[in-house]
Amino acid sequence: MTPRKDLLDIASLTDEEIEFVLANAGPFKDLFKRTVKKVPTLKGQSVLTLFYEPSTRTRSSFEVAASRLSADVIRFDIESSSVVKGESVLDTVETLESMKVDYIVVRHKQSGTPNLIAQNTRASVINAGDGWHAHPTQALLDAFTLREKLKDLRGARALIVGDIQHSRVARSTSLIFRRLGMNVAYLAPGSMMPREVPGEIPQFGNWTDALDFRPDVIYLLRVQSERMDEPFFPSAAEYHKNYGLTDARVDILRERGLWLMHPGPVNRGVEITDRGMNYEKSLINQQVENGIAVRMSVLYWLKPGSVEV
Amino acid sequence: MPDSSAPKRQLLDSAGVDRCLDEIAEAISKAWPGECLALVGVHRRGVPFAEALAARLITKDHEVELGRIDITQYRDDLKSFTVLPKLVGSEIEFDLDDMVVILCDEVMHTGRTSRAALEELLGFGRPRCVQIAALVDRGGRELPFTAEYAGLRIDLPSHERVNVRFTEMDGCDEVFVTTWENKTA
Repeated sequence: MTPRKDLLDIASLTDEEIEFVLANAGPFKDLFKRTVKKVPTLKGQSVLTLFYEPSTRTRSSFEVAASRLSADVIRFDIESSSVVKGESVLDTVETLESMKVDYIVVRHKQSGTPNLIAQNTRASVINAGDGWHAHPTQALLDAFTLREKLKDLRGARALIVGDIQHSRVARSTSLIFRRLGMNVAYLAPGSMMPREVPGEIPQFGNWTDALDFRPDVIYLLRVQSERMDEPFFPSAAEYHKNYGLTDARVDILRERGLWLMHPGPVNRGVEITDRGMNYEKSLINQQVENGIAVRMSVLYWLKPGSVEV
Repeated sequence: MPDSSAPKRQLLDSAGVDRCLDEIAEAISKAWPGECLALVGVHRRGVPFAEALAARLITKDHEVELGRIDITQYRDDLKSFTVLPKLVGSEIEFDLDDMVVILCDEVMHTGRTSRAALEELLGFGRPRCVQIAALVDRGGRELPFTAEYAGLRIDLPSHERVNVRFTEMDGCDEVFVTTWENKTA
């Protein structure tokens, strides 16, 4: 497989590239069982995490992945940097360029920022989430995790539940699931359903109808509490009652043997209950573990540009 | 890439490969009488090589464990590749601690593969001793490694490439020499 410079979204990947990243994640995951969980693949290279939005698991996941590949990991601290003094993204990137980092992992609230950065640096840029646009490594780890259970995703059915409209996770994960031959459906309140949904994705407004879609996996999205105060948004209690995975719905999942996924972090009592978190077919913890292996696989594949920009 | 139009020069035919395997197995058995041995093949053709040695050592009353090492993650030239290999992964399913390990590579050349394989191997545990077996030791070492066991020792110029074929993978047992079309490949 030919290496690529950047990973910006799922849409621009070929089927072979998706397959390459997923297939290589397996051998990287095998490392976690060993005494020494580290390989020298990126020895001497540096990986910088540049997060303009808060993140706990994605950032740590990338940092652990880079460390296990023996890269030097640099955390660019926005809070204490000159960004708070008004430095533009490109000025920051120019500074980083002078530091000769090899990989930049970026998260930004503005869609397209990783693309802009990628065009202005020789470093490989990995999009760790930009606005509502994309979160490609989340999608790859979701596909990898589900494939560990179902082996072949072709013909499998996923129901994605929650704030689809404002979710980059929903966008990227639904795209990769469909690219791998799955059928995807959405369950969301009207105000959280995207305006334009591809025709082949059925849309549901309640659980009863949605379960008639006969999903194999329920993918819950995080309810963004920061959006709760906006008009047309249901309250937490209202959301939980109508769209959350209540205890009664956990029983339905168990009865039907459905898998459960969530990108985290979860809001207990809103999109999921304590019982839902303890559900035996929940893949939430596996998603976290696999996230490291998939990100190692992405770092293995990408190759920084050789030309100065 | 090896130059496919260049003439090939045979070093070992099927009977020659067989004889070399017998000799290597004999030498290992003599060095480690009655010992339980771990034969670890370097992916790809080190694997059938290790299996062939294992089959012979079992008949000499050795207990044998088989393993596989994929050195891709340990290569020191990975980021200069224009095409990245798909990872196969290493497989050491037994407890490596205190084992006598024979690292099996079909061709020993610069020693860089052995360096990478050794580093990967030691990630699995702490063997008592590690030795190297090669079907062909062609000289040209760049790192301080030695093949304790070799079927054929021959000095070849660096523009020549040793090709090993095993029945399991290639349909026949054979060793021959071709030239590199481009030595930097």
